[in-house]
Amino acid sequence: MTRSERPVDDAARTAFHRRRRLAGSVFAVVCGAATLVGVVALAVLLADVFADGFRELDVAFLTSFASRFPERAGIKAALAGSIWIVSLTALIAFPLSVAAAIYLEEYAPRSWVTRAIQTNIANLAGVPSIVYGILGLALFVRALGLDRSVISGALTLSLLVMPVIIMAAQEALRAVPSTIREAAYGLGATRWQVVRTQVLPMAMPGILTGTILALSRAVGETAPLIMVGAVGFLAFTPQGLSDSFTVLPLQIYNWVSRPQDEFRALAAAGIIVLLTLLLTMNAVAIILRNRYSSRS
Amino acid sequence: MSTTYDIAIGSEGPALEVRDLSVFYGETKAVDSVSLSVPERGVVALIGPSGCGKTTLLRCFNRMNDLIKAARVDGAVEFGGVDLYDASVDPVEVRRRIGMVFQKPNPFPKSIYDNVAFGPRINGFQGDLDALVEESLRQAALWDEVSDRLGDSAYALSGGQQQRLCIARTLAVKPQIVLMDEPASALDPIATQRIEELIYELKKQYTIVIVTHNMQQAARISDYTAFLYMGKLIEYGPTDAIFTNPREERTEAYVTGRFG
Amino acid sequence: MAPDLTYKRSRNVPEQVIGGVLFLCAAASTLVTLGVVAVLLRETIAFFGEVTVVEFVTGTRWEPMFQEKHFGVLPLLAGSVQVAACAAVIALPVGLLTAIFLSEYAGPRVQGILKPLLEILAGIPTVVYGYFALTFVTPLLRTVFPSTDVFNAASASVVVGIMIIPTVASLSEDALRAVPQALREGAYGLGATKLEVSTRVVVPAALSGIIASFILAISRAIGETMAVVIAAGNLPNLTLNPLESIQTMTAYIVQASLGDTPQGTIVYRTLFAVGMTLFLITLAMNILSQWVLARFREEYQ
Repeated sequence: MTRSERPVDDAARTAFHRRRRLAGSVFAVVCGAATLVGVVALAVLLADVFADGFRELDVAFLTSFASRFPERAGIKAALAGSIWIVSLTALIAFPLSVAAAIYLEEYAPRSWVTRAIQTNIANLAGVPSIVYGILGLALFVRALGLDRSVISGALTLSLLVMPVIIMAAQEALRAVPSTIREAAYGLGATRWQVVRTQVLPMAMPGILTGTILALSRAVGETAPLIMVGAVGFLAFTPQGLSDSFTVLPLQIYNWVSRPQDEFRALAAAGIIVLLTLLLTMNAVAIILRNRYSSRS
Repeated sequence: MSTTYDIAIGSEGPALEVRDLSVFYGETKAVDSVSLSVPERGVVALIGPSGCGKTTLLRCFNRMNDLIKAARVDGAVEFGGVDLYDASVDPVEVRRRIGMVFQKPNPFPKSIYDNVAFGPRINGFQGDLDALVEESLRQAALWDEVSDRLGDSAYALSGGQQQRLCIARTLAVKPQIVLMDEPASALDPIATQRIEELIYELKKQYTIVIVTHNMQQAARISDYTAFLYMGKLIEYGPTDAIFTNPREERTEAYVTGRFG
Repeated sequence: MAPDLTYKRSRNVPEQVIGGVLFLCAAASTLVTLGVVAVLLRETIAFFGEVTVVEFVTGTRWEPMFQEKHFGVLPLLAGSVQVAACAAVIALPVGLLTAIFLSEYAGPRVQGILKPLLEILAGIPTVVYGYFALTFVTPLLRTVFPSTDVFNAASASVVVGIMIIPTVASLSEDALRAVPQALREGAYGLGATKLEVSTRVVVPAALSGIIASFILAISRAIGETMAVVIAAGNLPNLTLNPLESIQTMTAYIVQASLGDTPQGTIVYRTLFAVGMTLFLITLAMNILSQWVLARFREEYQ
């Protein structure tokens, strides 16, 4: 082989390599276009909602109760219900989930019991939300006699979000370097002292991020709350745990399922309020995450 | 600082001509103005202490550094009269002609056969693929051990066999130059010896550039040795001369084991 | 004097109590599963006291509220499968290509923009997708196919497909990223192009992870409720035509619970029989995806 032959191949090879390069470019474009499908769908969805609902948004919409007359209807009861439900869910699910995560990451021996619990949590995270609704209906509403109340809804959603929070918290705990634990043990700390004074504070931003994201999922849940008997039409805000309630997504569903265009517009306005709430929660989570990751 | 060393280049001319090559990772200069000629058919060893830039330099020879976003290359690497870093050069074309064997064996999670056949297939090989696979495995001295189980997963092989498979995989593309980045560093002494014997056979047909941290290895298998220190080429010449009669004090200190 | 190195009760007892409490919290999760199974099983057994398993599994009419009742789950099952299958046709290729783009092509800056957008897409409540299907996708379908029903499987499938794109994309991307860089370098070193490295080395190496993401996404599509309740209709209908109104298992559960269904009636029990069917199907798919994923992890360890 002489030197002059090296960089230049015969014509067939050149054509073959040109096709390869072309295929490469086409594939890159196809992948990029596929990525845009999701982005475009999001943009169209948001544009659709805003075009339909923006006109209905005003202070009166936020401060009025539901009504048979579209022009007087508002989302006061639903907004209050959502805040009640998500606060209670956080109060119930957060401590239990963090405790479970601490056990699994810091305490659990490597045994079949631990593995079984872990597998079970992963499976619970994949159970459709409506099945939690069936559980809530049979257990809280009927068996425990809590009836169609705020507490039934909050308990049901707590069961729904707990596997998600547990897994997020475990990940955050796992990210704490073991050198930190060893340093604390080396100073004579007990296991709980190591967890409470070193590991948990370091993992907390990650745990909070995961919790907020899980709760924002709870805010958007509809089906399980229909099952436990949240109502779509309510003219008062809940005052206590045993009051009946409605939530934003349920109010939206109620309006969507009416044929009149006026109610559809109300649904769109309700969606804007719901999405604003969710985006605010997500933004808090992202800020927490970024502050955390820039520090470490 | 760049010094040109006299290397006996045969009638065919150098396989690679490196001119004033520097590599930056962000602000750090990993390779500093290196110039050297790699002669056709033979083994050039790049030696030097950890972090001296020898692997970075090797990866410049087939533009593997393109895969590292932060890396920036200055200078030229001429191959058959063409600068590999010319804007018109497709790195894919370069790597087909200048193959690479990596530090750790990295077979694909496919069968032994498919590992070797991968390169020819993507390069549009038309001909007897079975024969090419056999030839490549024979060249890599692996054929006798795997001829009856070509369909088995490459992961079923031992580390040393996997590395010879990676060499066979590289040879199947029919490169002109084979770059080896510490190909035996993850292997036990017996597997290492087999790789060294293999390199000794391969240099009859191929130009080989090998990075090694093992000076005995460099002395055993290479014809020329380049000593790098802190990104600079300190000395380059026939291996005998480098090991028995180095011109530079730092080279002598390193090859006699006084630092590094 | 010898140092006192014995266990101190004052320190040791609280430690053990804390460990025990934490264990109970973790173990409570198994109670949830047991609760789900017990609740479903109790009413499902009662249900099969009145309806034979054969009728439930093979019957082609689902009419539990009519005078003459029929309890064949096939129309509901077919509805769920149809929506999930059509959604998968959209989401699996789009999601996988998105994952390849993010993992193999996009730089950090592009990733920094695209990934939060996909996270937002994943976080949109399903009732919003239902609204979108009803007020945007269905009118669009009706301009193309005028015979389309107001409630139809196709519009629900489209939005469920969009909804599960982020699931496929993010889990597949994780699988692609887990492929060692050494394998990519090995292929580049042989003169492979980026396309060849991606499709012939990286994707095959990540295949189990990708398949796991596919199974999980389809399982989510089967369990998806509000979008199909709103957009696909409430008509148990054994059909292959996506432009017709249908009912899924999830939509039936919502419909039946919206009306007043007194405890102990056969209609109340259908909730649990259908719920059990849904639970078993999704559980089987989730376990399958975990099994596939576990095999994938072994390959690189």
